[in-house]
Amino acid sequence: MYQTSEIDANIARLRQQIAGTEAHLRQLKVQLSRAEQQAKEAHDLGQTYDGGHPVEWQAETLAALSQKIGSSSRLHEDGIPATTPQHSGEPLLLSSGDVSSPSSKGRWPLSTEEYRRYGRQLILHEVGLQGQLRLKSAKVLVVGVGGLGCPAAAYLAGAGVGTLGLVDGDTVEVSNLHRQILHSTNTIGIGKVDSAVDYLNGLNSLVNLIPHRAHLTPQTALEIISSYDAVLDCTDHPTSRYLISDACVLLGKPLVSASALRTEGQLMALNMPPKPPGDASGGPCYRCVFPKPPPAESVVSCGEGGIVGPVVGVMGVLQALETIKIIATGTVDRADSNGKTSEMHSKANEAPAPASPSLLLFSAFSSPPFRSVRLRLRRTNCASCSAQATITEASLTSGSLDYVAFCGVTSPLDILAPHERIGASEYSKLYRSSPHILLDVREPVHFELSSLPGAINLPWSECVAKPGEALLQDVERLTQGREDEGRDVLVVCRLGNDSQLAVAKLKQAGWQGAVKDLRGGLRAWRQEVDPDWPDY
Amino acid sequence: MAESSAPGGYPIPITVEFTGGLELLFGNERKHKVVLPARLENGSSPNISFLLGYLVDNLMQDERKDMFIMEDSVRPGVLVLINDADWELEGEDAYELQAGDTIVFVSTLHGG
Ligand SMILES: [Zn+2]
Repeated sequence: MYQTSEIDANIARLRQQIAGTEAHLRQLKVQLSRAEQQAKEAHDLGQTYDGGHPVEWQAETLAALSQKIGSSSRLHEDGIPATTPQHSGEPLLLSSGDVSSPSSKGRWPLSTEEYRRYGRQLILHEVGLQGQLRLKSAKVLVVGVGGLGCPAAAYLAGAGVGTLGLVDGDTVEVSNLHRQILHSTNTIGIGKVDSAVDYLNGLNSLVNLIPHRAHLTPQTALEIISSYDAVLDCTDHPTSRYLISDACVLLGKPLVSASALRTEGQLMALNMPPKPPGDASGGPCYRCVFPKPPPAESVVSCGEGGIVGPVVGVMGVLQALETIKIIATGTVDRADSNGKTSEMHSKANEAPAPASPSLLLFSAFSSPPFRSVRLRLRRTNCASCSAQATITEASLTSGSLDYVAFCGVTSPLDILAPHERIGASEYSKLYRSSPHILLDVREPVHFELSSLPGAINLPWSECVAKPGEALLQDVERLTQGREDEGRDVLVVCRLGNDSQLAVAKLKQAGWQGAVKDLRGGLRAWRQEVDPDWPDY
Repeated sequence: MAESSAPGGYPIPITVEFTGGLELLFGNERKHKVVLPARLENGSSPNISFLLGYLVDNLMQDERKDMFIMEDSVRPGVLVLINDADWELEGEDAYELQAGDTIVFVSTLHGG
């Protein structure tokens, strides 16, 4: 039964994906035929005007005619920019040069489509023509295409950032979709980077999208980041946060870092301005703010702790905004051939703004929800950005820096003896026949979602804070009037970690009766016994 | 100073806030009003270092002290903000608390 229903679901999903892809293909065919029609018109126009029309006017007319082609950006293989147009209709149109490139022979610095597309931000003093041209020539790397990276990339592409690199090695899962807005039901199972490229290409095909279909590693980080001007840290673990920060310091790139969990988010612009290690006027790096990594057991992921979609969305949008500010105001310029980012010289008379690092805290259910706090400057003994820095390009690329070991790993909790645990299948045969107290130590909000018949809810978060005595009293109180259940206790939780701790604590407190936990928690129960058990 | 006219001075009311998940260690309450004595037994004024111990002894409900304090300071990954500034800008744990101060403890988040 279980197997079949899984396969059925899979078939349904594949059918849906095929339908989606076919619809997309139809759309592309319509676009192609429209483009071919335009190409023909343009060709005829060229013939007609040939000899009697100024060359630059021809270019403008052709530019206007080519607007709806929507394919001046193309997908590239990982990291390799494509230079030749591949669109069948284009060679005719592009006879006067790529109309969207800055070297266009047109009378205006931007193409007709670009004026229209970016008009609403072009008329703002804070962006203006110069800001738009800077955005257009900027190369921005988004590391992590999840809850932060999706909205960030969408706004950066929408704003006309010329080149947008996307880094992620994960594939889309259905539990991503409540917040990762570039992905869709049709792209479940597909690489996040490819799913995002698909969406962003539809949003703004003028953007040059560069997929990097693997997680960043110490060996690849420098090479990938070196060809960009600014980096967004949209990842979800301390290991990647330290790695990205170290690489950005070594390469002189500004880093816009954000994170989110449950109902809260945090945002920092780091290494801003991006000065070489040892230059005290540069902005602090991630290690300046957090010189020591947090204990591994204090690191909670969105999967474990939960996340409200718009909370992480707000943080990703703010990352895009911060990046647009940095680029459009000309605070940093494009990467030069050495991969270093130099400061903009267009405002030569103004001294570069001194670092005034800040941390923005967002707490959706607090009032007021936003709070900005002043951060320290660079740490004089920082391992990454100080004159005494020990982290070098060589130590990074050689792999001698072990970020995983630095941040520590939590090994699966295993504190009980085998006889103190019971497997899900075994329990399914016993739980009706032998009387026992069933203690569910998940949070009440989990308990409300689904619970086993007869289960008593006593959240571990409350037990952990109490002396053992008080815990015994709680269990006594909760089991009053249920004496027929005996004194044996079975403890369950979501994954089988807290239940072990609860068993150990009950035993230590001197509970009269056998105490065991359900190995693997209710996840194991779903996998081994009840496939309909909610999978959340 | 007017405060010093009272024997030992007037108590110091401050606001303490926990965020980034630290509130879960303090009864799931983010904002706490705390009144500190003006003078400690050794005659000194209460500083952040004293406050850390005070919070662990009086306000913390979770037994896992090392989720908040390690080696006599906040654990790695926790920022201390004194009136909206990183405590390292204000003298770290030696900062002497003033009436009306807001001290925020922020656990860094990693999700994305
Ligand atoms: Zn640093």
